[in-house]
Amino acid sequence: MQAQAAAAVTASNRVVVLGALSAIAISAARIYAKEGAALLLVARNQQRLDALAADLKARGAVLVETAAVDLEAEAMSAPVHMAQWKQRLGGLDHVHLVYGYLGTQSEATASPAELARITSSNYASAVQWCEAAANIFRKQKSGSLVAVSSVAGDRGRQSNYAYGAAKGGLALYVQGLAHSLAPTGARAVAVKPGFVDTPMTDGMKKGGPMWASPDQIGRILRRAADKGGPIQYAPGKWRLVMMIVRSVPAFVFHKTKV
Amino acid sequence: MTVPFLQSDAIASWGRVVRASHRVARPRFTDELPALIAASEAGPALPIGLRRSYGDSNLNPDGRVIDMTGLDRVIAFGRETGVMRAEAGLSLSQALQILVPAGWFLPTTPGTRFVTLGGAVANDVHGKNHHSAGSFGASVTRIKLLRTDGSAHELAPGDPMFHATVGGLGLTGLIAWVEFRAARIPSAQLDAQDAEFGHVRDYFDIAAEAHTRFEHTMAWIDCLSGGARLGRGVLSAANWRQDGDLTPHREDPKLAMPIDAPGFALSRMAIGAFNSIFHDLKRMRTGPYVSHYEPFLYPLDKIAHWNRLYGRDGFYQYQCVLPPTTAREGVEELLKVIAASGQASFLAVLKDFGAHAPAGLLSFPMEGTTLALDFRNQGERTLTLMADLDRIVLSAGGRLYPAKDGRISAAMFAAGFPKLQDFRGYVDPGLSSAFWRRVAG
Repeated sequence: MQAQAAAAVTASNRVVVLGALSAIAISAARIYAKEGAALLLVARNQQRLDALAADLKARGAVLVETAAVDLEAEAMSAPVHMAQWKQRLGGLDHVHLVYGYLGTQSEATASPAELARITSSNYASAVQWCEAAANIFRKQKSGSLVAVSSVAGDRGRQSNYAYGAAKGGLALYVQGLAHSLAPTGARAVAVKPGFVDTPMTDGMKKGGPMWASPDQIGRILRRAADKGGPIQYAPGKWRLVMMIVRSVPAFVFHKTKV
Repeated sequence: MTVPFLQSDAIASWGRVVRASHRVARPRFTDELPALIAASEAGPALPIGLRRSYGDSNLNPDGRVIDMTGLDRVIAFGRETGVMRAEAGLSLSQALQILVPAGWFLPTTPGTRFVTLGGAVANDVHGKNHHSAGSFGASVTRIKLLRTDGSAHELAPGDPMFHATVGGLGLTGLIAWVEFRAARIPSAQLDAQDAEFGHVRDYFDIAAEAHTRFEHTMAWIDCLSGGARLGRGVLSAANWRQDGDLTPHREDPKLAMPIDAPGFALSRMAIGAFNSIFHDLKRMRTGPYVSHYEPFLYPLDKIAHWNRLYGRDGFYQYQCVLPPTTAREGVEELLKVIAASGQASFLAVLKDFGAHAPAGLLSFPMEGTTLALDFRNQGERTLTLMADLDRIVLSAGGRLYPAKDGRISAAMFAAGFPKLQDFRGYVDPGLSSAFWRRVAG
């Protein structure tokens, strides 16, 4: 039954979503569903994954598989999981890494456990999944990895340098993967969103032209799986904004509170 | 992790008259709901959706609201049966994206697709096909309701709590999911035609005739012309085409009002000119035409935030229904008062409701004619005009639509809704709204 359904996917649209329950991931997954893709959703909560799977099937996905996995805890087994997921989908074309943990800088400063969680979630575990996906793509000479980084990774700032450093490191890692994959035809992309109106950012003051919706970012993630360079800002205007932020000299920057 | 209630000044209704502060929770998963709906010492809460209700039925100033729009998953959809069960925050727009390609449509739809399923049930919304399909509640087969006492109920037609919840303005409990029966369509395109009438008295015969031949009908009215041209307008009518084109609408609006319109933009002259141009455009279109459902059923959804047209003071909408026996005289009288007042109404819509039994205790639709129009908020002047209109509606045996209202008195509400006393018994004591506190007396 499962193999039959997988065989029905003729287009190169077999997708693994890591952190599938995030608002941005759901938006991207719905685009794939509408295209008739086969999806494998990974997150911790099986009950929520089941609800999302039913929704994506109703929206047109030919196959929706789920895996209740703690992506931080299981990172060392990434190659094994990734190979199994590829098998369950009958092939692997795109891997989206969307999970992450914002935390707060003040807690990270005070608590080694919080600092470890931020670096593990956003960097240490993430690169294991990226490498596992890239190894498959390298071997099959096709496929794309799209990992969600952040504009916070472009310059260390007093308000969130733990998160920023981890996300910035992830982008560097993915950039390196893109370089190494280039001769094979496979791709890797780090997408750097700015402010996104999701539960992760609840508690911040929202609204205004610099805030994007999860749907906007979801569309960018979907497009990044098909084309574009290894570092993509989401939306694109953040490239210019961050170029300016990066070029502010330290003696000026240190007088700000950002 | 529990979902927090966070302070926000961003919650407004579509009319934008009331500026208030709320504490907002934005759940995304069903398992988060019980903790949010549980009775709290923080006072009554209110579930809200896409906030297309115009007045204050979707506001709970200085209180808690549960924004349901993050719960937008389809739970089950039978492509062969047309039965869809989905979380209450799913928009009609999103539902159509799934229904239409499979050859189904909403059983009925209001003039905007940016309404949640929960909102469609809580307001028992109606559409251009009311004379054939009844209100939305007539096609609802099941509802999951969570009450603040911690109880959960799966309700079906016939269950008294079901009929209190349909049209119940979100006051009987939190609607977690809705199951409804969609309607078969042979195409996403409509065969439409327009008929002009020079005076509102001619509307009634034209409409009665159109109902025998068309599934969808509605009329636009020019509220500014009086005398021999009082309530001149155009009746549009349509049936689904048979051409098998099942392309759904595009999801994004093409245009948007970026900012509030300045005051002068809505002067009487400007509105008159707008209505006149609209009228001429309609007149030029003679004979039948083909229209996708999107522009025909949702003309205003093309412009995101069109409510900003009325400027920063916001606007009121006035929608009443008058029974068949008094509708002809009553509508004419209403239009006379409106024309004489010179208080511009951007849009006026006239539509007949069929003789369907109401689906809910507080359902607005009843057999007769409904008139809907907007008034820019000009303070006391506008309220006085609407109070004058209330008296006409009251003496004609009519009533007002709670989803549109932001100011009627408890007496006016009670007079229009004879089942109000029954309804009170089903209200969840842990829920309330600004509207309810005003009209419940």
